[in-house]
Amino acid sequence: MSTNTIQLTEFPVSRPLTLRLHGWVTTVDHKRLGLLYVLFALVFLTAGGIEATVMRLQLIRPHNDLVSPQAFNRMFTMHGTTMIFFVAMPLVFGFANYLVPLMIGARDMAFPRLNAFSFWMTALGGLLLYFSFLGGDGLYGGGGAPDVGWFAYAPLTSRTFSVGHSTDFWTLSLLVSGIGSVGTAINIITTILCMRCPGMTLGKMPLLAWLNLTMGGLVVLAVSPLTAAQLMLLVDRYLGGHFFDAQAGGSAVVWMHFFWVFGHPEVYVLAIPAFAIASEIIPVFSRKAIFGYPVMVLATVAIGFVSMSVWAHHMFTIGMTSGANTFFVLSTMAIAVPTGIKIFNWLATMWGGKIRFAAPMMFCIAFLFQFLVAGLTGVTLAAAPFDWQLGNSYYLVAHFHYVIVGAILFAIFGGFYYWFPKVAGKMYNEGLAKLHFWLFFLGFHLTFDFMHIPGLLGMPRRIYTYEPGRGWDVWNVIVTIGVFFQAAGVLILAANLLLSYFRGRTAGNDPWDAWTLEWSTSSPPPEYNFAVVPTVRSRRPLWDLKHPEDPDWRYE
Amino acid sequence: MQISPTNIFAPASTPADSVFGLSMFVIVTVIAIFIAVSVLLTYAVVKFRARRSDDHSEPAQVYGSNQVELAWTVIPVLIVVALFLASARVIASVQDAPKPFSALEVIVTGHQYWWEYRYPKLNIVTANELHVPVSDPAHPTPTFMTLLSADTDHSFWVPRLAGKTDLIPNHPNSMWIDPHETGLFLGQCAQYCGTQHAKMLLRVYVQPRAEFDRWVREQQQVSQSAASAGERVFQSTACVNCHTVAGTPAKGLFGPDLTHLMSRDTIASGAAPNTHEKLRLWIQHPDALKPGSKMPPMGLSDGDLDKVTAYLETLR
Repeated sequence: MSTNTIQLTEFPVSRPLTLRLHGWVTTVDHKRLGLLYVLFALVFLTAGGIEATVMRLQLIRPHNDLVSPQAFNRMFTMHGTTMIFFVAMPLVFGFANYLVPLMIGARDMAFPRLNAFSFWMTALGGLLLYFSFLGGDGLYGGGGAPDVGWFAYAPLTSRTFSVGHSTDFWTLSLLVSGIGSVGTAINIITTILCMRCPGMTLGKMPLLAWLNLTMGGLVVLAVSPLTAAQLMLLVDRYLGGHFFDAQAGGSAVVWMHFFWVFGHPEVYVLAIPAFAIASEIIPVFSRKAIFGYPVMVLATVAIGFVSMSVWAHHMFTIGMTSGANTFFVLSTMAIAVPTGIKIFNWLATMWGGKIRFAAPMMFCIAFLFQFLVAGLTGVTLAAAPFDWQLGNSYYLVAHFHYVIVGAILFAIFGGFYYWFPKVAGKMYNEGLAKLHFWLFFLGFHLTFDFMHIPGLLGMPRRIYTYEPGRGWDVWNVIVTIGVFFQAAGVLILAANLLLSYFRGRTAGNDPWDAWTLEWSTSSPPPEYNFAVVPTVRSRRPLWDLKHPEDPDWRYE
Repeated sequence: MQISPTNIFAPASTPADSVFGLSMFVIVTVIAIFIAVSVLLTYAVVKFRARRSDDHSEPAQVYGSNQVELAWTVIPVLIVVALFLASARVIASVQDAPKPFSALEVIVTGHQYWWEYRYPKLNIVTANELHVPVSDPAHPTPTFMTLLSADTDHSFWVPRLAGKTDLIPNHPNSMWIDPHETGLFLGQCAQYCGTQHAKMLLRVYVQPRAEFDRWVREQQQVSQSAASAGERVFQSTACVNCHTVAGTPAKGLFGPDLTHLMSRDTIASGAAPNTHEKLRLWIQHPDALKPGSKMPPMGLSDGDLDKVTAYLETLR
């Protein structure tokens, strides 16, 4: 199969740079838009990383005065907002955009122009956020970049406490990018429901498609309340509204509900596509079909539903009644069950396989261990009384970075290496990829393992400095040291992708001997994806082709 | 040896102790799960790695097993139920504890970036340093706090005494502590409240009953006006807009009550020790101690600065 494929690589006449750039700006091709999302995210990853580094340098010792408190507060607000909305979300959307049509045998997304519109809305949102460094001062001379924290609790965002336009840039940025997110989510849902190739029933979709379908549903349900809240905040700030104005009958708690009813499903908006990547890589590199496909689908959809009912575990300390606290303990802990099922199914997929330790699989194995830890520290936080101590401490910060970096980002890095040969048509450098893995792995654990400890010793988040003698000093030094290993790892990733793109050896259509449809077309795929729309009979159409004596469809 | 004065695993009061008990149960459970699952994961990764001698054939394809799926669904459900019941019990015991007659009542108001404490039944107003009596388990004298905010959200967190509870404008909360050992307990604001969130420090002085009663009597006294030069400067500048000194025309409410300033160990909500130099610096140039705090630089001449500092040092 892999030996006699037709090389569809084109040799276009070299066009002037402006024309080529114009092509990228006006494109409605899902693959180009997917790449734009990913490149956009990498640019913002650099910005968010620099902000994190500034914070870590400031916190390396007590009473440090590298930056002012105002600057520090802007750094953590911008870091959080950037990483969630302009790194993690675009990465997730980029992968979904690029992969979903290819994996379900479609030629593009359902709404190509909506797709382009959504990307450019997200891009505009990111630019608005960073324009605040220049424009946030406004007429009042106060402000600069927003400094209200990434969940921007009322009433700190009211005009009383936030003068100038910094909060407005934050609000508008999320309002605009939120519209893009909902657009993309609707597009993903429609594509998966309506554009599957002949033979691909819902039960024969690759898991990646199922998981992104769930993600799309969550985005529609979760981002809409956030958009509503941003509009309410704008009304409060400029039209004399009192939604969140506690002085005039409004409620600061209402904002918290609006934000977290977005904020918690958002965690799964990011995590489920990471699970999707792991669910594609682990089977291929273990040489086995995914274990318990129907259960994996059920567990994912269950996580989606339950994640809509857990938001107030972010609010255990705001003085809810004991009944409400108890309910949210139960709903939050309930999520551990389907999540555990997923881990066990990945484990069972590896069990009895022949595991190949290429970079994508190494990132996924690290993902499994780190996601296990992140889930278990999540259980400790779900026990509301324990959260009264742990909430808003560095333990919490360490926990959610374990989720977002240790689980989600590791899986996404795995995805980078796994699909790079498909996207670029060139093989990445395995040695550099492993160096990236080990540097990032070491840096991650130095930073985020040790970050739990000052939290247990009473260090709250979002403080620009701290008192000596609290027993926090040495841990903060270790945490800061880890940052440099992570930064080095990311630089090596960038170098690897660039070098391999220009100098890498040709990858071929199917370098991993994989089983899903994207590997049946050329690398990179032509604009129309498939010369002939494929027909499938099982979840692993390429397995069926490669093993006609023992095809999957006999067992499904 | 004490690892940290704010260690959550060194409880000195019933609410913190209840959380500690629960946390040990939860931690032991999750560590056990971690060991079990990570041993399985490690075993799978090592045992089922592809070997160099391999013949490149595909391993046996296994698609799933309902029995196995059921097992690893039921076991986590049972663990979740156990953890949930343990949590629910502690939630009820801490949140729904009845307030005994012997309880001391304190109204805590969070301000950008300091703490106001009012003892309504004792007619005391003070700031930043909370004094409470030690509570003997046989004859408990817990302290029940009503938590209010004058501006943005804050959170009261003294880890050794109790978990944190937020102070939210127009949303009164409550919490209680019953410290069973004396001493100074530290903490700080745990909900981001603005520029100087980091230096909104908490100090709780747990005192033997007799010592606490003496502190109450001292706080209840109103100092006599000495009509000093410093007092005239104080009364004729903007100081009085924000600060109260009981028994004088100074009745401002935006800043800490200064009636008994010298009875406190620290100024600026714990950001600096209450020494002559720091106090003078705080009045002259607050940003040197706590940049971005709401205390404005007073722009006094050196002479007036000395006089006001000297006056404040008489407020015992």
